[in-house]
Parts: sequence; structure tokens; C-alpha cells
Amino acid sequence: MGEPALEVEALSFSIRGAAILRGVSARVPAGETWSILGANGAGKSTLLKCLMRIHTGWSGRARLFGRELESYSQRELARRVAYVPQPGGDQRFPYTVREFVRMGRYPYAGPFGSAHPGDRAAIDDALARAGVEAFADRTLDTLSGGERQKVFIAAALAQGAEVLLLDEPTAFLDYRHRAEVSEILHAINQESGTTILTVTHDVNAAIVMGGHALALRRGEVAWCGPAEELACERRLGDIFEASFRLLDDPVTGLRLVAPQGAVR
Amino acid sequence: MTRRGWLPWLLAVSAAVLLCAPLVGGRAMPLSALVHPVPGDAATMIVREIRLPRVCLAWIAGAGLAVSGMAFQAMFRNVLATPFTLGVSSGASLGAAVAVRLGLGTMLLGFTGVTAGAMLGALLATGAVYGLTRLRRDFSTVSMLLAGVAVNALCSSLILLIQYTADFNDTFRILRWLMGGFQMVGFDAALRVLPFVLAGVGILAALVGELNLLTTGEELAASRGVAVGRVKAVVFLAVSPMVGVIVSVCGPVGFVGLMCPHICRLLVGADHRRLLPATVLFGGAFLVACDTVASTAFAPTELPVGIFTACLGGPFFLWLLLWPPVGGGDAG
Repeated sequence: MGEPALEVEALSFSIRGAAILRGVSARVPAGETWSILGANGAGKSTLLKCLMRIHTGWSGRARLFGRELESYSQRELARRVAYVPQPGGDQRFPYTVREFVRMGRYPYAGPFGSAHPGDRAAIDDALARAGVEAFADRTLDTLSGGERQKVFIAAALAQGAEVLLLDEPTAFLDYRHRAEVSEILHAINQESGTTILTVTHDVNAAIVMGGHALALRRGEVAWCGPAEELACERRLGDIFEASFRLLDDPVTGLRLVAPQGAVR
Repeated sequence: MTRRGWLPWLLAVSAAVLLCAPLVGGRAMPLSALVHPVPGDAATMIVREIRLPRVCLAWIAGAGLAVSGMAFQAMFRNVLATPFTLGVSSGASLGAAVAVRLGLGTMLLGFTGVTAGAMLGALLATGAVYGLTRLRRDFSTVSMLLAGVAVNALCSSLILLIQYTADFNDTFRILRWLMGGFQMVGFDAALRVLPFVLAGVGILAALVGELNLLTTGEELAASRGVAVGRVKAVVFLAVSPMVGVIVSVCGPVGFVGLMCPHICRLLVGADHRRLLPATVLFGGAFLVACDTVASTAFAPTELPVGIFTACLGGPFFLWLLLWPPVGGGDAG
């Protein structure tokens, strides 16, 4: 097991008195890929936002590369951790792809928006790795949902962070774009050793991606273990309050799951 | 035309307007009155003592109001957000009306009673909007705009109350001031406004990267490393005194902060590294042009410039409301 990139101990968070996260603990070694699963409202997205310090005022401890998360300035944090928000909402900004990706260099910029020497290389590299060079000069409001998602990943890559947090990166995408996004993430993890935490609803996607899985249920950790071990009827029933059937993929040999219905 | 290519043109147009406007008026003046002043000459007197100060004041006020609108639009992700929608200028108006009603003609720290009242009103309104959102523990667009609406409504009704209780003379003075205008003699007013506008523009220029990211949403901005709460407070505190002092001197000249940033966004794009200089140059030239037209179109009657900008701004506001630009965001 490698050095921990992230250590969370008894993290709790409430919004207007409603407890969203209750005593979540986890230890994420550097370089691993983690899937965060759970039903709607389980607190998956909230956990990512707490780690990115979009939400503040949580209790418990969180350490990033051995240092307390609170001790980072927001700029320092953005150099170590990047975040890709959930698709949807208003993401049709009047910026070109290149302008938008350039904004990922903000944590390195000097005053008055001046550039950092490494900016150009980092931006070109991010555009290439996310496969969005072809439409680098188009504005975001002219792109399809799949293209836009890749641009958001490119902007996060431009931050040069060692940890990447993604909130349902493949939601609303067609099969082709879903596969492309998965390939991009896999390559990032393999080539740069980037630690990747992905919130997802898709158990099979988590199994195929491999790595670790953290399952939340009503703000608490329901289960944590190797992703392939998710394929267990009782475990899934416990996490999602739904029933599943297991299917063996004859080609990859992976055990996948098919939802059956709600557990009443 | 490329997005970058517009900036030199805006600079040229702004300089040309500054140079030409003092020569235009009830009677056209020769350029020599501006560049070769002759002591005691009537043309020189009119251009140097009356028209030039007025043009300078209008340019500085226009630049300040336009850039304030730009900052608030980025912060609230809403093209309809301006210091006027957020209650800053109605707070200033109320302060000025109170000063007139109480007859505060004396100078206070180098400011006239009306100026001091308006600045105080602007700061109090800003404080009220800030405090209300703070109480809700929520700096979202919706709470800030709602707080602005509440402050606006309160100030407007209090101004009406003051006018109702005031005598005819004070009522007329308040009403005249509310229409906005630059009928001043000498450079005092321009010099009083200039430091606040310089400071405000300087602070916003230092924050162009932050403003860019705020337009993509607060959560994304935070994830890129922007200390969102602090930046918003700094923007608010940079813009409010600037608007307060402009409104106190010129009256609540409306819609400059709405129209200018929007037109500039169409010309140079949404990147604040270009948008900020463009908005400053365009805003200054725009208000000088408006004032020149308002003061000469119906000669010998001079129309207050506030009426003129409102006549342009009203339809513009409705146009933006009915056909919002893509990516400009809405109230959410």
C-alpha cells in the first residue's frame, strides 16, 4: 500500500441541521482509483465537495498528503486537488475551450491574471490528453454534452493536481463518450499516477474500472473494499436497498450486476 | 475583427470623444480653444472652465459605473446585476435626499452635505445587502439580488416620504438631483471622484482571473483555487465607495453599468483581461457621448443625462430580459 493521498476520519457535515455525512472515514493511498457509490442522497457529491473545500464547516479530520486539509489555502489546495463537477446545470459559458482550460492555471497565476511560465505547456498537454485539441478554439456553448465533459476534464488536468475528484463524469453521456471518458481517466491514472476518486451510480462501471470502492448509505460508510467484490447480492442490497442479479461476462471474466427492482 | 483587435479601436474612440466633446455644445468651439488657451478669451473660458471639467467628470463617472456593472455581473453570473439592482445607488439617493431635507449645506471632511450623505447611504445599503446575505449564511445570487430588491424598495419609499414632507424647494432639488447630470463648474467634482474610481478599477484589475472564474460558478471557482467568499467581499467593498461617490456627485445615472459591459462583451468576449479595459474605455466614452447629446439635442434646453440613459437603458434591459445572451446565466 502506497503513501496515503487522502485520509478522512469521522468526517461529518450538515446543511441547515440535516446531517448529510455522518462519521465518514477512509484512507486513499496515492495512485489508486476509487469509486464512490451509493443511492441518491447518500452524500457522495457532498463528500467530494467537502474534500475540495467547496463546503466548509464540516467536523472531523481530513489530511491531504499528510497535511491537515484546513491548513491549505484554497490556491494551494487547487494545485494538489482538481474537481470535475456533475454535468448539467448551466455550463454553456461564452469562453473558448482554450480560454476555459487556461483558467485551470489560476492557482499558478500571479496578480492581474499574469501567466506562469509553465502555463502554455500545461494547457497544450491537458488539451491533448483529454482529446479536445480539435475544437480548442470553439466556445463552450457550441459543444455537445460529451465534448463539454472532456473539456471540463482538460481544465481539471491543467491544474496539474495529483488528486482528481469527479462527480458522475459519465452521467448523461452516450456509450461512445462514456467509453472515451473512461479511457482518458484510465490513461491519466496509469501515466501520471494521479489518484482518482469518482462518484458514480453505475456499479458495473466501478467494477470495470477496478480499484477500490467506497459505498455510502445515508451519510455513513456502508462498505469499503476492492471494486470487484461489489458483485454480491447481499452487499448491493444493503447499499442500494434494491435487488440485483449477477452476470458473468464471458469475455473479460468480470462478474457484473443487473438491477432487479426495489427492496420493500 | 478579432476579439483582441477591438481594444486599440476602443482606445482611439474614447480619446476622440474626450477631445471632441468639449468643442460641441450650444455653440461649437474651435479646437484651438482647447490646445492653445488664450487667457481671458471667452471661447477658452467656456471650453476650459465649463465644458472640459464636465466632460472629464462624465468620462470618469461612466468608466466607474460601467466597470461596477461588469464586476457585479461576473459576481452574480447575471447580466442584469448592476450596482443599481443591488440597492447601492438607491441607498446613495436616500442619503442625498436626507441631506437636502435636513439642510446639510455645510462642508464635512471636504465634502458637501449631499455628497457625504450619498456616500454614507451607499455604504449603508451595501452593508445592509451584505449583512442580510450574511444572516442567511448564503452568498448566492438569489439572496444577494433579493436583499438588493428589499433595500431598493425601502430606500425608494423613504425618498418618497422625504419628498412628501419637504417644502417645494427641497422637493425640486431632490428631484433634479435624482435625474442625474454633470452641470458643474471647475475640476473639483472630477477630482473628488477620480481617486475612488482609480482605486476601484485598480482593485478589479488585480482580480480579473477571479472574475473570470466566478462567471463559471462559485463551486468551480473554489475548485480552481479562488477564495470565493473573500473575493466577493473585496469586490463589493471596492465597487460600493466608487458607486457611492459617483452617485453623490452626478446623481443616480442609471443603466450605464448594464449596457456598457454587455456591448463590450459582444466586442471583445467575456475574458475579463480584455473586458475590463474595454469596459473602462467604452463606459467613459459612452457617458460623455450621452451627456453631449442630452445637452445639445434639444438646445437651448439641456436634458438631464439620467433621463437620456434611462430612455436607452429601459428598452435595453427588456431586450436582455426577453432574449438573454447564451451563457450569461439567469437568476439561478
